[in-house]
Formats: sequence, structure tokens, C-alpha cells
Amino acid sequence: MKVVGKPLPKVDAAAKVTGRAVYADDMLPARTLHCRILRSPHPHARIVSIDTSAARRIPGVLAVITGADLPIKFGILPVTQDERALEHEKVRYVGDPVAAVAAVEEEIAAGACDAIRVEYEVLEPVMSIEAALGTPKDERIQDYGGPNNIHKFVALEFGDLDGGFARAKHVREDVFFYQGNTHLPMEQHSAIATYVDGKLTLWSSTQVVHYVHRALSRVLELPMHRIRVIGAAHGGGFGGKTDPFAHEIIVSKLAMITGRPVKCTLTREEVFYAHRGRHPVLMWVRTGVDDEGRITAMHFRTALDGGAYGSYGVASTFYTGVLQTVTYDIPAYRFEGCRVFTNKPPCGPKRGHGTPQPRFGLELHLEKIAHDVGMDPAELKRRNFVQPYTRAVNWLRITSCGLEECTQRVLDASGYAKRERRPGHGMGFAISSYLSGAGTAIYWNDMPHSEVQIKVDRGGVTVYCGAMDIGQGSDSVLATIVAEELGLQPADVRLVTADTDTTPIDLGSYSSRVTFMAGNAALEAARKMRTLLVEAVEGSGKKYEEVTFEEASILGEARFGTLTTAGSYTPPKIAGPYKGSGVGPSPAYSYSACVVDVDADPRTGLVKVNKVWIAHDVGRAINPLLVEGQVEGSVYMGLGEALMEEQVFRKGLHKWPSMLEYKSPTFLDMTEVETFIVETVDKEGPYGAKEAGQGPLLPVPPALCAAVYDALGVWIDEIPVTPEKVIEALRRKEKGEQPRYGPPRFPAIPYPPTIKVDPPAKDMDRAATPAV
Amino acid sequence: MREEIARDVERVVVNVDVNGENRDVLVPVHKTLLEVLREDLQLTGTKHGCELGECGTCTVLVDGKPELSCLLLPIQLRGRAITTIEGMADGSHMHPLQTAFAELGAAQCGYCTPGILLSARSLLEVNPRPTRDEIREALAGNLCRCTGYVKILEAIELAAGRMA
Repeated sequence: MKVVGKPLPKVDAAAKVTGRAVYADDMLPARTLHCRILRSPHPHARIVSIDTSAARRIPGVLAVITGADLPIKFGILPVTQDERALEHEKVRYVGDPVAAVAAVEEEIAAGACDAIRVEYEVLEPVMSIEAALGTPKDERIQDYGGPNNIHKFVALEFGDLDGGFARAKHVREDVFFYQGNTHLPMEQHSAIATYVDGKLTLWSSTQVVHYVHRALSRVLELPMHRIRVIGAAHGGGFGGKTDPFAHEIIVSKLAMITGRPVKCTLTREEVFYAHRGRHPVLMWVRTGVDDEGRITAMHFRTALDGGAYGSYGVASTFYTGVLQTVTYDIPAYRFEGCRVFTNKPPCGPKRGHGTPQPRFGLELHLEKIAHDVGMDPAELKRRNFVQPYTRAVNWLRITSCGLEECTQRVLDASGYAKRERRPGHGMGFAISSYLSGAGTAIYWNDMPHSEVQIKVDRGGVTVYCGAMDIGQGSDSVLATIVAEELGLQPADVRLVTADTDTTPIDLGSYSSRVTFMAGNAALEAARKMRTLLVEAVEGSGKKYEEVTFEEASILGEARFGTLTTAGSYTPPKIAGPYKGSGVGPSPAYSYSACVVDVDADPRTGLVKVNKVWIAHDVGRAINPLLVEGQVEGSVYMGLGEALMEEQVFRKGLHKWPSMLEYKSPTFLDMTEVETFIVETVDKEGPYGAKEAGQGPLLPVPPALCAAVYDALGVWIDEIPVTPEKVIEALRRKEKGEQPRYGPPRFPAIPYPPTIKVDPPAKDMDRAATPAV
Repeated sequence: MREEIARDVERVVVNVDVNGENRDVLVPVHKTLLEVLREDLQLTGTKHGCELGECGTCTVLVDGKPELSCLLLPIQLRGRAITTIEGMADGSHMHPLQTAFAELGAAQCGYCTPGILLSARSLLEVNPRPTRDEIREALAGNLCRCTGYVKILEAIELAAGRMA
């Protein structure tokens, strides 16, 4: 291959290093008004009255709106349409939007927000999982779900659980806690709207132009063809810009009222309250193993602190239980999950969406079992690895799988087996897996998940796709695939992306779906285009390879007229035959393995990471430079979560809604990373490619905790691993108590009866498709 | 009261020297350099992550040294030379740091990139062949969420090698 597999610069690299990429807040059309949003100061309160009269009298204020102007509810998932752009009945977290102002200057808009009088009837806030499980003192946060403040239950069982535990030689139970944390994109959310000739246009810093488009249509009661959503250059998402947001709807409404462009850029503090980040998750797991360390049965329970609204929470709840089976062969598996509402900013998808938490628990739990039975943890895990091209007990279809190769690479490179044994030094090993795109769409439909059009004229090629490049390089992937097929360089390909007027649909940059899905759509469209061009060139008595692309383009247009082709991608229908089977299936899973090397100081409790070795099975690296970038960024974010990042609240208020106090790793904190790209060439991925953007985060926190145990002999069963926790665990160890810091117990949760599902035949796909 | 401030602010003419161009702007006296660059001079290459001096995103060079434009007032800067990302390339010829960042994938979302490039340029001017630890120290005030800093360190070393 000529360009696939080459470490070429990203197609937008020059724009980004010269300051010419235009982000949403960089736009300032003539007569732009500035919007500020008034937000709730209370975590839980009924709104008694809102008086905007004083605000409206301030010179320079052109519009003031409240919830009465935007009463229709929305939400990313069809089953939880529970948000309003502005609340006028009740607020559910500090930061819930209540009113908005458009003014000629931002400062005037802020002053007008100060002048709005809101009378609240304060209600008792619910601030923890335990509190949400109990009877509310005043009233429930949401009027659906239940009992109490429970939002969602999942209870599924696959295979013979009792039989599996009965034949186990060793059974162990553990409890873990994964603290919530936030995406912290460098760019604050920003959106700007115009309303001209009855058509609304919104530029936004979003990962999902399509879902924003749908939400605007619903709330503003405009047909989708009168709304255009364009993704501006994107300053970082990590899942934090994957919901439709209040400010996007508010600026649209204000543009419709005033007839002028209206812009809203959130402050950094508002970004912390907009959130949709990592759910805090409590976990309980019980596993049986036989004499050889093979898993006989596993029972996994989770409790998610969801914050005040649904967001992606129903999916997040499933995700805390589904992917355990795509790394380890678990013959009998029971999963019970529960998400609760609390009076905090809503949680949603952050890099790894609902799976880093159970991965943390699962990997440490198996590590402990290995210590119990006197086996090397890496060896115990390897004995349980899934095999490629099999079905898991919960019906998830596994295709290419590089777990074994990833493991071998990092164990060899790190010298894990022969690591230096001295007090305070340790190494930890962990693995993970992640989806290459969700196999089912967020709202039910039979349409493709991604579509690409290609136009060839004037000697050039233009690719149109709704995919949103959020910095991961999806534009470069599209250009590379089309260039490869047509015999060009990626830089030769013009791109039009993430614009609902001019590009066909792509569902967006979430669930690591773009390379796999938009990539396959681009491949189909490009191959069709190549066929047309080859036919035209050969019709003139020449060969495609002998002519320039410009000549081929002219011959093609002369023969066929306007040269356009389209490709699309629809994931295979592989979900299991049970309710809830839609979350978890993916056309392919990526696999990662990592080793973390630490020095842990028993005097200070400080953990210093010396190095991380990570191997990632990406199927095929369409651009190895970009894959390495995703892997390194994932390791960084995983270390941040493992060591310092946490989103915690005091009296309903975020304890540290600023970049100084919310600690994230700096240049000085970040360690050396050695990345190995493993290519298993998946049969369904474009050129065999799978995902790279999320999976490599997952093994980092558990590998770090395993390394801390290796160094100090104490288990830190909740992250972040702060010095205080390490010191406390060491103190307990010295006193002869359990050498551990972590949640003491898992709460009593009234899970419903489990739905029992018969497992599939392990090789069912092999039987169906003999070629595999 | 903010509403009064908004109406009755004192506006001043300030003269700024940005990327070698001398410009007069009429702005409220409390308007930050960041805001003046982005809103009055349309130099939107300078980004902002917090507007509180915490993230380094809005870094510009003042007389060659990195400064946080969100914490500076233009009236403090009379006669000082300000360099923004738009002034880093020589026409359409990119600075070696910009080329190295593009080649090695050191800019993912690109939002922190202008500030980091300017901090790095300042470092290389005083220390043309910095060690990796010296680069880390010099850039510790610039946060990046995409790259894990790895490719940025490599790109700065590559550029330093080429410039030497």
C-alpha cells in the first residue's frame, strides 16, 4: 500500500500549527450578540418565580429567555428525554441553566443575568449513591425511574452460574470504587447561531453534529431541513461534547428572536458543571476459578452515580457489565447494574464510556485471585484470554483478537518476569478491550451509520462525510483511504466534513466508531470511483496507472458526466436474542496490554511512574503516527485518572471547578511511554483497521494499582491513588489489619430478578460463514 | 454593579506592537491582551482555556518571553514587542518548530498548540539544545489533554536539532 500505514502528517496539521484553524469561539460575524446563561446556585430546588424585568431594561440587552420559551424536553437517548435548555419548574444541580440573555457585549449580558431575580424553594439535595438508594427527604430528583432515586436497573444472567461456582476450587469477592472525573478539554464549549430566511445555522464545538441537529429540530419545532449544524474546528472532546447541550439550543433560540448572530462560549467553571464525564462507580465482583486458574463463573455488580439527568446513563449502566466477557472466557456470567440520580452535574461518556471502571475492578480482582492461588497474575489472565472468532457467553461476537501478542510484547519489553525486587519498586500488568463503534444506533433505525460521497472533477477529488474530526484525525483517515484507492496522496484530497447541509450522515465521533464505520464507507465510495475512472481510462485505450489523475478525471467526466459515487456502512446485526443486547456489540474489538513501572515512597505515599509499556491491537494502523498519538494520549489520561483527577462535591458545589485545582498531569508529571502497534488485520475493518482512541486508557489504572501492590504490599482499591490513601493502607498493614484502602462494602441494592439467557454456541459465526 | 461598569467604563487608546505591526485600538481600560488580540485585532490564533492564568493556552511572547495574555493589560505593554502564533511563520514559510509539530503529529485538537509553540520558541532562543527535562520544566505551565505530551517533546527535540 502506498499511503495506508505511512506516518504522514495530518491533513489539517498546517492550519493547526499556524493558528489558522477556526474554532467556534474564533468566529465573530457582523452584529454578533453575546449570550450568558444564568444557572442555579442550588443543587436541588423548585423554581417559584423568575423576574426578568430588570434585566430587560438594561441598555444593550436584546433578549432574555427562560424555560417558558423552550419548554420541550430533550436528551441524547430516546428513553431519557429529561432535560430542558432552561429549567422553569425545578433545578437539579448547581449549574442547571435557568435563564439566558443576548446582549451587544458579553459583560452586559453577564450584568443582565445578575439582574434576573429567581425565587427558589430549596429541597434536600441527594449527594451520594447511598443517599439515592434511600427514601428522599423532600422529593425525588426526577419523576421517572425508581424506587427512590434509582434511575435504571440491569439484571442479566448467562450460562449456569450456580454450577460454575459449585465446581470452582477458589472463590473470591472484592469491592472497588472508581471516582468520577471529567474530560477537561482545553477548549471550552462554544456555539454560534444565525437565523436567515427562516433557516437556522449553528456552528458548534460538538462531537455529534447529527444529534445536535435532531435535538434542535425537536426543541425549536423546526424541520431538520431548515436547520444546518456545522462542526467548527474542535478543541478536544473525550466524550464531553457528545450530548446536545443547553447553550446550543439557547443561542439558536436567541438568534431566531433577535435576527442576529448569537454566540455563547462557556467559562471554564461552566464546563465543569456541563460535565457528562466519568460516572463514579461502586463495584462488587465474585469469581470462581478451577485448579488451573480458569474462570468457572463470575458475578459482577455495579452502582453508578449518574448525577441529575439521564444523558447516556442507560447505555453507561450496561457498559459497566458487558465487556468483561470480550477479554476473558467466562462460561457463566451474571451482571447486575444500577444507576442512581444525584444532585450533581450529569455524568455521561468519557473516553472508555462506562468500561474503565469495571476494567479497573476486574483486573485487580483477578490479580488478587492470582495471589490467593499462588500464580503469576499475568499467567492467570493469559489462561483465561478469549480466542479470536468466537462468541462470548453474553453473545458478543469476537473477531480478530491480539491479546496474546499484546501481552507478550509488553511483558518482554518491560522485563516484567525478571523485574527488580526491592521495597518501593513495582510493576503491574493489565489488559483491556474496547469497541470499534457501537453496533446499534442511539435511536432505532435501519439506515447506515456512516455515509461518504466522492466527487471527481477539475482534476481533483472531494470527499463529503458527516464525520467530525475532534483532533483524533478522522479527516486524515478519510483522505488516506480515498487517496490509497485512487493513487493519490492524502494532501491531494479535498474534504468537506461535519456539515448537515452538505455532507451525508455520520453519527459522530463517539464509541470509537469513525475509522471503522466512516472508513468503510469511504472505502466503498472510493472503490466505486476507481471502477468508473478505470473504465473510462481503459475505454480510451490506456491503463489507469499510466495516466495522471487529472487525465483520468477528464476521461471519466467525458464518458459519464459528473463523477460522483457514494459508500455507506451499516454494522452487521449480531446482537444477542435478549432485551438489552443492543449495548456491547461492535463489529470489532480492539485489545490492549500494558505494564506500568512505579516507585512508591512509603514515607510520603507518593507514587512516581517511571515508565509505561503499552501494546495495542488496532487491527491495521492506517496512520501509525495517529495511532501512537491516540495510545499515548490514552495512557496520559489513564494516569491522570489513576493518580490525581477527581470530581468531588461539597454542599452541592464542585470542590475544584478550575484547571489549577482540578489536578491533571503536566509535562513534569507525564512519564515515558513505549508504544507497540499490533496489527491483527480484522476481516471487516477498512484495510483491517480497528479503534485506537479509547481502549488504551483502560488498562492503565489497574496496572498502576497492581504496581503499587508490587512495590508496597498494599491494595489501593479505589482511584485516584492519592498519597493519603497509600499512607492509610500502609498504616492498616502495620496494625495487622487488611492491607488495603477502598470501599468497605457494597450497598444493599434491590436489583430486580435476573433475566436468564442461554449462551450461544461458541463457534456459531464460524458455522455461519465457513470462510472465516 | 456590573451593569454600571458595562455602561460607564473608561476607554483608552492603546498602542500595541504585535508581530511587527504597530496598531492603535480604543478599548475599555480593563480589557485583557487576550481579548484585544482576539476581538479587536482579529488575531484568533491565540486561544483561551481558563482566562485565569492556569492553563497556558493563551501564551504569547512579550519581548521574546512567554506571558499569559489573559492576565496582561495592553496599557502595561507600551513599547513592548508582542508575538502571537500568527507571527511565528515567515510568510507562508513555517518556523522549524511548526514544521516539526506538523510532521510528528504533535498537534491533535490543536487548541493548546499556539501557546506551546510560542513557549517552545522562547526556550530554544535561550537554550538551543535543551535536555528533555529542561523542555518539561519550560513547558510545565502549558497543559495539553490530547497528546500525553510525548509527540510534543519529540517535535521540539527534532526542531532543535534542525535549527542547530
